[in-house]
Amino acid sequence: MKCKLALAQINTVLGNVQVNLEKHLELIDQALAQEADLLVFPELSMTGYLLQDMVPQVALRPNAQDPVFSKLLHASQKIDLVVGFVQEDERNRFYIASGYLSGGEVVHVHQKIYLPTYGLFDEGRFFAWGDSVRAFDTRFGRFGMLVCEDFWHASVPYLLWQDGADVLIFSSASPGRGLSNEPQVDSARWVDHINRAYASMFTTFVAHTNRVGHEDGLHFWGGAMVYDPNGDVLARAPQNEETLLFCEIDLNQLHRTRTRLPLLRDERTALVQRELSRILMQDRRPSGR
Amino acid sequence: MIDLSINTKLATQILSNFIYSEITRVGFSRAVLGLSGGLDSALSCFLAARAMGPEKVLAVRMPYRSSSQDSLDDAQRVIDAIGVNSLTIPITEMVDPLIERFPDMDNMRKGNIMARVRMVVLFDQSAAFNGLVLGTGNKTEILLGYTTIYGDSACAINPLGDLYKTQVRQLSRDLGVPQAVITKPPSADLWSGQTDEGELGFTYEEVDRLLFLLVDERYSPQECVEAGFSQAFVDEVVRKVQRNHFKRVMPPICKLNNRTIGYDFLYPRDWGT
Repeated sequence: MKCKLALAQINTVLGNVQVNLEKHLELIDQALAQEADLLVFPELSMTGYLLQDMVPQVALRPNAQDPVFSKLLHASQKIDLVVGFVQEDERNRFYIASGYLSGGEVVHVHQKIYLPTYGLFDEGRFFAWGDSVRAFDTRFGRFGMLVCEDFWHASVPYLLWQDGADVLIFSSASPGRGLSNEPQVDSARWVDHINRAYASMFTTFVAHTNRVGHEDGLHFWGGAMVYDPNGDVLARAPQNEETLLFCEIDLNQLHRTRTRLPLLRDERTALVQRELSRILMQDRRPSGR
Repeated sequence: MIDLSINTKLATQILSNFIYSEITRVGFSRAVLGLSGGLDSALSCFLAARAMGPEKVLAVRMPYRSSSQDSLDDAQRVIDAIGVNSLTIPITEMVDPLIERFPDMDNMRKGNIMARVRMVVLFDQSAAFNGLVLGTGNKTEILLGYTTIYGDSACAINPLGDLYKTQVRQLSRDLGVPQAVITKPPSADLWSGQTDEGELGFTYEEVDRLLFLLVDERYSPQECVEAGFSQAFVDEVVRKVQRNHFKRVMPPICKLNNRTIGYDFLYPRDWGT
């Protein structure tokens, strides 16, 4: 089976959901014109990233009663969508969320698990921490979605892999940092390395899209990429400019790669569980969140 | 090894996008900057012209009577090289009445007055030209506090603020800033014969390497000494960075109520744009 991906590497208007919604609908039309099956938007694509005290004002509830989501759900009858938004839950906690929409339904919502609150980041101040990671079924097979810092922790893509995800959809609002004499900033180079590693070690597809544009002095570098289960790059967007990147993936590549390289078959999950339990039981180890 | 070299193509792309984005998102399309004849403002002018188009940039020369002719000529070279709009507004008549009231005024006070009068002229031109004021300060001088608060540090956006002086030089070479501007000794040109390095007592080359370790690489002062810098030099630079921090932050507001600007009333500058 084949699936034509469209990765939206876009700028957004900070805190203006209505304008961003209109941009999403325009890009949906563009992706439909190219007969894409799935259009992926970056982290917080409906709102912009550096929200601070705007968070409660831009939060959405992902259901058909929400006037913004009803438009997106309507569009998802023609093309599957991954959108980034602020989710307010039933008890008024705010999450950085990614929603997978298809056939007019919300198929899955992922709430960002790792909120960077160090260096230039302050997400933990404004958002609640997501507390689960689940793969989910789509019409193209089983997928997993993660948001930015989530995939800086190897355990999270690993869990999705073990939960059956064969396609990992990553979205970011990653500010560029680390200018050197290299042709890309350190953060861009690092994300490329780890995503290539996940595709290779988990023999899965990895598709990543990231914001472009500026918010205050931060710049988002873009660099959307698709990797196949061999760790090869199938498509690469230019950095620092808006792009709609198309890439058809052949899901039969999973069969071919995993026949050659049965890393999934051989993974010793019971050993992982046993040893991790032992490690976490030791007094000197903090159990973490 | 301390390597401050940068990919100038990437830096140019990011900085041009930054200037364009921050000016246009608030409804402007033009930039105004003071052109001293020195390197920082020359590079800022080149970047602004690249981002907005030279016809959207106004470079203002603001000589005082003691300013050197070389500075004026070098600024003109930059204007001619890029084709930006330009104005020359001498500040002597604005500065002197205040200076003359205080016969014992030292050079620092005079220099600060000149820097602040230039700020007044630039922000007035900002309204007249309908453009935002571009700051031209680099990371080295911001960290050392080698700047006049509310003078040359006053601006709407500051493109070069995360580039050390040596990186400004590298980027200037690649963008075609006139050679005369690149090679002459950096100077605030507030009085005859003044040079930055003479006044600071060390070279930008030396201090940039130290600041890179202290700030970017998070070395402790002791680790910098172990890396080969003299104890006295490290102490002096650490002291300057700390003592001048007030120039880098907004004035503190005393918290009284439940929600206070700067503490728990937090919005980005680009709020809603």
